[in-house]
Amino acid sequence: MIIAESKPLAEIAALIKNARKILLVGCGGCVSVCLAGGEKETGILASELRMLRQVEGNPLETIEVTLTRQCDPEYVEMLANHLTEDIDCIVSLACGVGVQFLAERYQKWVVPALNTKFAGGTVEHGVWEERCGLCGECILYKTGGICPIIRCSKSILNGPCGGSQNGKCEINPDTPCAWQLIYDRLQALDKLDLLLELEPLKDWSQSRDGGPRKVVREDVKLD
Amino acid sequence: MNNFEPQIIAFCCFYCAYSAADLAGSMRLQYPANIRIIEMPCSGKTDERVLLEAFEQGADGVYVLGCLEGDCHFLKGNYRAKRRVNKIKKILDEIGIGGERLEMYNLSAAMGPRFAEIAREFTERIRKLGPSPVKANNCLPGAAARLENT
Repeated sequence: MIIAESKPLAEIAALIKNARKILLVGCGGCVSVCLAGGEKETGILASELRMLRQVEGNPLETIEVTLTRQCDPEYVEMLANHLTEDIDCIVSLACGVGVQFLAERYQKWVVPALNTKFAGGTVEHGVWEERCGLCGECILYKTGGICPIIRCSKSILNGPCGGSQNGKCEINPDTPCAWQLIYDRLQALDKLDLLLELEPLKDWSQSRDGGPRKVVREDVKLD
Repeated sequence: MNNFEPQIIAFCCFYCAYSAADLAGSMRLQYPANIRIIEMPCSGKTDERVLLEAFEQGADGVYVLGCLEGDCHFLKGNYRAKRRVNKIKKILDEIGIGGERLEMYNLSAAMGPRFAEIAREFTERIRKLGPSPVKANNCLPGAAARLENT
């Protein structure tokens, strides 16, 4: 999932300082699961902002809506019922995708309440780690299910490098060396021979080459 | 300001503070009438949103009472409550309400006198701080609409 975390309250407050009425839009997708932008977090942010403005003597009116997802037009469309003329600004608690979908659909000023961090997963309650570099061409079948693109600090494909010390990466003693993990895993699975194959230069054209990427599936298009 | 009587919400764990409050009553102990007690199944039920809502609805102070550390009926509820309380204290500081208006205390069901002592101590603290700035600005959020997704 996409992992995000809340921007500091003062930053969000500054982004909406001229607004009198705002629409806070939560997202029921990834950011709900990583406890950053779901219905509950939307309520908390709304309450914080209202009280902050009350203390300043400049009351703020809020409306809270949590969409099933903000990255699908059919759900974004549901916001139309809540979007009245007097709303000065939309605050989106989705990832950057949701913010853009709202901004594309509605003629309102949209501000993000979250910083979108990475594609990752929950390693324990309250701890999320990056797992996928979204490189566009998966090679996990060669590395025992451990991604060297994102988990190796240098993204090298024939590791480890000389910075691997006692199983840790030189950038931080808490960061495991991805290539040590890969070696240990392949050893446990009796597939160390995979490491004998030299991995050629990666074709990065599937990654960020050529600007924003697009996936088109003719078989599921409606028209 | 001299006549200020704070409104204080005490979120009490059923297994300790709520029983301690009962005990304080049975022992005929006096404690300020400013305290409004809310029973919780465990202090681990402490919800950040509810703590904020208490302040938004006009509480001058809020405290959470959980079991002594290591004695939670559900093992770790009181530790979790403490972390959430600490987070909301920081938020209250940011908002300008002041984190000192929120506190977490630990006690056991046998500590009726301590319950009364905490009530007196906290009420005195809030009395000194004065009314919550949210209330002082006299603009409670009557118009705040909460719309559900349909």
